[in-house]
Amino acid sequence: MSELAAQPVSKLGDRALELAEEVGDFALLSVATLRAALRSRFPWRAVLIEFEALAVRSAPLVIVTSTFTGMVLALQTAYSLARFGAKPYVGSIVGLAIVRELGPVLAALMVGGRAGAGIASELGSMQVTEQVDAIRAMGADPVQKLVLPRVLATTLGLPLLTIFSIAVGIAGGMVVADAQYGIASGFYLQTVTSVVRIGDFASGVAKTVVFGWAIGMIGCHVGLATRGGTVGVGRATTRAVVIASIVVLVADFFLTKLLLMLPADALVGLFVRLFGSGT
Amino acid sequence: MSEALAVEFRGVRKSFRAEPVLRGLDLSVPSGATTTILGGSGSGKSVCLKHMIGLLRADAGEIRVFGRDVTQLSEQGWVPLRREFGMVFQGAALFDSLSVLENVAYPIREHMDWPEERVRERVRRCLEGVGLAGAEPMFPAELSGGMKKRVAVARAIALEPRIVLYDEPTTGLDPANSRRVGQLIVALQRELSATSVVVTHDIELCFEISDRVALLREGRVAAEGRVEEVREHAELRRFLEGSEPLPPAVGRGGRAEEGRAHG
Repeated sequence: MSELAAQPVSKLGDRALELAEEVGDFALLSVATLRAALRSRFPWRAVLIEFEALAVRSAPLVIVTSTFTGMVLALQTAYSLARFGAKPYVGSIVGLAIVRELGPVLAALMVGGRAGAGIASELGSMQVTEQVDAIRAMGADPVQKLVLPRVLATTLGLPLLTIFSIAVGIAGGMVVADAQYGIASGFYLQTVTSVVRIGDFASGVAKTVVFGWAIGMIGCHVGLATRGGTVGVGRATTRAVVIASIVVLVADFFLTKLLLMLPADALVGLFVRLFGSGT
Repeated sequence: MSEALAVEFRGVRKSFRAEPVLRGLDLSVPSGATTTILGGSGSGKSVCLKHMIGLLRADAGEIRVFGRDVTQLSEQGWVPLRREFGMVFQGAALFDSLSVLENVAYPIREHMDWPEERVRERVRRCLEGVGLAGAEPMFPAELSGGMKKRVAVARAIALEPRIVLYDEPTTGLDPANSRRVGQLIVALQRELSATSVVVTHDIELCFEISDRVALLREGRVAAEGRVEEVREHAELRRFLEGSEPLPPAVGRGGRAEEGRAHG
């Protein structure tokens, strides 16, 4: 009886150990990636190739999802505001929701699905066909050759895609507000800009730097840990997408909480310094 | 430990998920000769080969390469040493996204700062050496299994290494291609005067190309010596007749297989 009772506890212990091992491996890979970035032979060409594959080619997906989200948000918001006679102010709510939350998270989930799966399946296939071992056997570093370019591509690409996502989301809302409710585009944009501050924009885009890094790292970590042939590659692809999506949503909550605690001026200052623009 | 040995294993142990694969392996690979490591599935042949080039790290024991202790060498420490090695993987392990030219040029670009013309000239010579002249613009997906293996050989010898490791070089090839790969190993051995280590379960290939043979069973060397000495060894006879007991990992179908290299 006591042995039977101990079984679930032992299984739980095994799972906890596996999780700790996985988190440890992820941390080690992150440190190795940082070290690879600081080494002399920086793989610029590979970064550009991955940027094109992971970020540029994700743009149509992000644009379509964000446009329709902006459109449906305008529909729902105007419908709700009509009860209070505040329908003309649909732009304020749509703008704020898209800039602070929906633009960044939608872009991250889309890129997490597309790029996360792509990275995990490609590196997973390379792992099971010994191509990763071949890179090591030739005296090269798989982290520098494979991981660094992909992580940089998602980290730099996601903030840019988010800016697109925000722009087309607001535009989608504008089209619906005009066509469906007769709200003039000029007035709609005025209601957006009167409420949305640069701090909101900075907060939304800043989060995506972390999301982009997490998506790239998770895809690479899961891909390189692939075992068990083609079945393993399929499993790794699914895992990468699931983990990346959960991490994006959980990290979003904590990052938002953290950013709300920061004084707005500090965030704007940091944003302006990073991007070197006063807009 | 002798300087004339290219690789030396002393009491090397390696386990995957508590499943032992190498159980105190002692093995000597002399310089400038072809040593073949024979053994059935799960005997630890490929695991042994991967220890020689630092792709796997031993749990215990000592490994020396050209007299230097490499047992605890870090990944960064291995980088210059791997310049001395060429390895042909079981499935060729060519990079799918790169052309044959870029595949063969990969180790050259990694270690040498040569002008493009010199790189291309070396690639051309290597491809000629394996009977694939003019294959530079092709991609791995356009090649047959035998051609892939030969491109992998060309890539392995691109930097004229001191040791060439072959992991199951004839697996998955038809008899004609197997013979061709065997002849290629012998020809390259003569031309490069390198040390060759071949892991295989192909007896015909073993007798065709080897100077020395080591028969692995359950993670240990069961028989070792010059090819003509080993030919009559009782352990080898048992292996040839198929009366060897199944290795534990195959019998149980355990999880250790997932984490280990083939063989």
